[in-house]
Amino acid sequence: MKVKRHIPPPLAERFLKWFIRDELAEEVMGDLEEKFHTVAQEHSTFRATLNYWFQVLNYLRPFAIQSFPINPLIHAPMFRHNFLIGWRILLRNKGYSWINIGGLAMGMAVAIMIGMWIQDELQVNRYHDNYETIGRVMRNGTLNGETFTTNYQPFALGEELRTKYGNNFEHVVMAWPTGDHILRTGDQKTYQKGTFVEADAPEVFSFRMLRGTRKGLANKESILLSESASQAIFGGEDPIGQRLLIDNKMDAIVTGIYEDLPYHSHFYEVDFFAPWELLLSHNQWITTQGFTNNFLDIYVEIAPALTFETASVKIKDAILDNVGDSEDFLAVNPQIFLHPMDSWHLHAEWKNGVNAGGTIRFVWMFGGVALFVLLLACINFMNLSTARSEKRAKEVGIRKAIGSVRWQLIGQFFSESFLVVLFAFVAALLIVSATLPAFNELAGKEMIMPWNVPTFWLTSLLFIGMTGLMAGSYPALYLSAFDPVNVLKGTFRVGKWASTPRKALVILQFTVSIALITGAVVVYQQIQYAKDRPAGYTQEGLLMVQMTTPDFSGKFDVIRTSLKKTGVVDEVAQSTGPVTSVWSSNGGFEWRDKNPDFQAEFATLSVTPEYGKVVGWQFSGGRDFSRNLTSDSMSIVINKSTARIMGFDDPIGEEIRWKAFWSNQVGTYRVIGVIDDMVRRSPYTPAMPAIYFLSDNTSWINIRLNQATSTTVALAKIEETFATIIPSVPFDYKFADAEYALKFKAEERIGKLATVFACLAILISCMGIFGMASFVAEQRTKEIGIRKILGASVGQLWNMLSREFVLLVMVACVVAVPIAWYFLHSWLSTYTYRIDLSVWVFVGVSTAALVITLLTVSFQALKAALSNPADALRSE
Amino acid sequence: MKETRLGDFEETILLIVGILDEEAYAFKVAEKFEIQAERNVSIGAVHSTLTRLADKGFLTSEMGQPSAERGGRRKRIYSITAQGQKALVASRNFKISLWKQYPGLSLGLDFSI
Repeated sequence: MKVKRHIPPPLAERFLKWFIRDELAEEVMGDLEEKFHTVAQEHSTFRATLNYWFQVLNYLRPFAIQSFPINPLIHAPMFRHNFLIGWRILLRNKGYSWINIGGLAMGMAVAIMIGMWIQDELQVNRYHDNYETIGRVMRNGTLNGETFTTNYQPFALGEELRTKYGNNFEHVVMAWPTGDHILRTGDQKTYQKGTFVEADAPEVFSFRMLRGTRKGLANKESILLSESASQAIFGGEDPIGQRLLIDNKMDAIVTGIYEDLPYHSHFYEVDFFAPWELLLSHNQWITTQGFTNNFLDIYVEIAPALTFETASVKIKDAILDNVGDSEDFLAVNPQIFLHPMDSWHLHAEWKNGVNAGGTIRFVWMFGGVALFVLLLACINFMNLSTARSEKRAKEVGIRKAIGSVRWQLIGQFFSESFLVVLFAFVAALLIVSATLPAFNELAGKEMIMPWNVPTFWLTSLLFIGMTGLMAGSYPALYLSAFDPVNVLKGTFRVGKWASTPRKALVILQFTVSIALITGAVVVYQQIQYAKDRPAGYTQEGLLMVQMTTPDFSGKFDVIRTSLKKTGVVDEVAQSTGPVTSVWSSNGGFEWRDKNPDFQAEFATLSVTPEYGKVVGWQFSGGRDFSRNLTSDSMSIVINKSTARIMGFDDPIGEEIRWKAFWSNQVGTYRVIGVIDDMVRRSPYTPAMPAIYFLSDNTSWINIRLNQATSTTVALAKIEETFATIIPSVPFDYKFADAEYALKFKAEERIGKLATVFACLAILISCMGIFGMASFVAEQRTKEIGIRKILGASVGQLWNMLSREFVLLVMVACVVAVPIAWYFLHSWLSTYTYRIDLSVWVFVGVSTAALVITLLTVSFQALKAALSNPADALRSE
Repeated sequence: MKETRLGDFEETILLIVGILDEEAYAFKVAEKFEIQAERNVSIGAVHSTLTRLADKGFLTSEMGQPSAERGGRRKRIYSITAQGQKALVASRNFKISLWKQYPGLSLGLDFSI
C-alpha cells in the first residue's frame, strides 16, 4: 500500500516560524500540521495546502506575532562614534579636507545658483491669474518658400475673432504695441511706456489694483497708472481723478493704480494702460485698415473647455478667408494660430512657422552645466577619498577583526561623506549669498536668497542626500571591502587596477573642463566677429529723437537751422524709422526682368535729403539725394542687397515701379545711388534689401553730432533748442551706438556665463589633481629618496611624477575636441552670419589645459623632488 | 474576578473546551466549533480566544503528548477553571432569566436542568 507522503508547504512553514512567537511556535505548528493532514485526507493535498496558507495568514494577530527587537547594531552611540571619527579624520588632514570641502562647496554653489536661475526663468509670467488660458495671436506667412512668423495683426481681425469665432474665446483684447508716450500734467511732462488696450484687459491680465477697479478703462477718457509711474508723476498725492494729457492730444483721467508688474514679465515696465477707444478716436485711420495692414497685437483668453491647439486650428483661416482675390495676399497664405502665455518667455523663436524654442535652450544648457560641475566636484571627492584609502586600510582591518559587519563600515564611510557634504553645503550657501549680487548682474535678474521658501529647504535636503550618496558611494563600497587578514598581516597592497577608475574620472573631469573652455572661447569669437562687422554707417555721434506728437509737424526746418546754429551739430535729417531697426517693409515692387513669381520684401524708409550725410551712407555708385533737384522726389537710393536681388550690375538709372501706400497710383522711381548694406536688424543675419525714398512725412529726427564737441555739452545745447521750439514735448533721445550695442546683449551674457563656469570647472579639476599629485608624492616618498641617493636629477624626478597626469590630460583633450566641435558647430549653424571653427582654438585650449596641469602638478612634484632624502628614509 | 463577562464566541469556545475535556487543544476546539456551529473558523481565531480566556483566568493549560500527525510536536491542552465555571453558570442563568421574561416564546420552554 503506497502511503502518499505529503507535507505542509515549506515556504508557509518558514514564514510562520519567522513571525510567530517562540513560546507558541511548537503548538501552533503542530495544530496546523494536524489540520493539514486532516484536510488532505478528507479532500486533497491541494486544498490542504491552500488551507494551510489560510491558517498561517490568520495567525498574523497581535497576540501571536514576534516582537522584533530593534537591531542592536544601529543605535545612537554608533552614530556619535561615526561622526566623531569622521570629524577627527577631517582635522588630522587639514589640507585634504580643505580641498575636499572647498571643491564640493564650489560645485554645490554653482548647482544652487543655476537652480535658482532656472526656477526664476520658469516663473516668468505666472503672476497673471489666467496664466493657463491667455494667448497671443500669431500669424505665419510664406514668402519665396520660406515661412515667417509675426505677432502683428490687422485691425479687422479683432472683430472677426470676436464675432465669427467668438465661442472659442472668453475675451479678445486688441492692443497698440507698447511704446513711449508723453504724459503731461500741468507743467510736468515725461515719457512713459504705455499700451493702449481694450477695456477688459485689466480683468484678463488680472492686474492687482491698488486704487480703483479693473473696470477702470470702461470710460473712453481714462487711464490706469502703475504704482511707480504714479509715484514718479504725482509723488505721494492721490492721482485718482487727476487729468493727464497723452501725447499732447489725448485727454484722460486717472481711474486706478495697479501694482507694478514683476521683473521680466511680458508687461514689465509698462507704466500706463489707456483705453483702445481713446486711441481710435484720435486715429480714425486705424479702423479703415481692414485685413491687409499688420501693426497691432491681439491677446485672447480661450474658453475653459478648449486647448490652444484646438482653438488655433479653428481660427487658422481667419485672415485668409478675408483677403478677397488679391493674388499677392493669397500667395502669402496667412495662417493664424495662438501662442500660449506659458511659452512667451522661453519659447519665443520661430523657424519656418514652427516654434523652435528660444531662451529655453539656455535653460537646458545651464542645467546641464550645473550638473556637470557638480559631477566634477563629486568626482574629486571620490578620487581623493579612495586614493588615500591605503592609509585607512589598517583601521578597516581592525574594525573587521573586532566584529564589524561590512554594512556597518559602509555606514561609517557614508557618515564621513555626509559630514563633508554638510560642511560643503553650508559653505556653498555662504558663497551663493556673497556672490548673488554679482550673479544677478551677470544674468540680468533680481533673485534673492530663498530663505523663507520651504521648497528650497526640502530640495536642499534632497540635494545633500543625493550628493552625499553620489560622492560617498564609491569610497564607502571600496574601503569596506578590504580583507582584514591581508591588511593586518601587512601584505595588503592596493591592486594594480585600483587606480584605473580614478584615472577615468580625472579624464572625465578634464574633458568637461576643456569642452567648456572651448565653448566660451568660441562664443566670444562669434560675438567679436559680429561686432566687427561693418555696420554700413557711422554709429558714433549719431543721435535719434522720435517725433511722438503732432507738435513736431511743420517745425522741422526750424529745428534743423537752429540745431546747426548751435555749432555742435553737423547735420540733421528725418526718417520714418530709427536707424537701428526696420519698421516697415513692403512688397509689390516691379523692376526690369523681374521674375513674376518672385515675391520680394524690401525694407522701406522715407528720408529727407540730408539723411545720407547724417548717418554716413557709404556709396559704391551713383549719388546722394539732393535738396535742390526737384526731380529727386521720384528718386530712390538702394543698397547692395537690393541691387543683387534685382539682378542689376549697374542699377543707376534703372526704373522701379511701385504703388506706394501713401499714393493711390503706381509710381515710377529712378535709382540714383547704391550704398553698402546697413546692418539694421540683427548683426547675425544678412542685411535686408532696402529702398530709400524722399519724403517729408516722417517720425524720427536724426542728428549728426560735431566730432569736436563733447557729448554732454552737445546734449545740453540740443535739449535747449528743442525746449525752445517744442516746449510741450519732453526731450528724449537715443544714441545709435548704444542701441546697436543692445543687439549683442544676449550673446554677451552667454559668453560671460560660459567663461565663469569654464573657469570654475577648470579650478575644480585642478584642485582634484593637486590633491592627487600630493598624495602620489607622499606615497612615493621613500622611492624618491632612494632614487635621489642613487643619483637621479631633479629634472628626472619631476618628469617621473608629472608624466602620468600629463598623459591623462592629453587623453582628455583628444576626447573633448570632437565633442566640443560637434556642439559648437550646431550652435553656430543657427546663425547666418558666423565664424568658422578654426583648428587653432582647439589646439590653443588643449595646450592651455596641459600647461595648467603641469603647473599644478609641478608644485607637488618639485617639492617632492627637492626634499631631503635623509628625511624620507628616516621616517618609519 | 471582576471580568466575568463573556462574549458570545468566548462562551462557545469555553463550552467546547468543557465538552472536549482531554482533547481540548486549539485544533480540536476549532474543528468541533466548525461541526457544531456549521460555519468556518480559523485556528488562529480560536487560539487567540483561548489565550484571552486564559488571561482572564477562565482557563488553564498544560502541554500534552506529541504525535506523528503533528510532526512530533506537543499540543497544549486547555481546561476550565473554577472561575471559568462560575462565569459560564452566571451567563447561562442570566440568559435563562431573560428568556423567561420574554413573552414571544412563552410556550414549550423547558428549562429543567
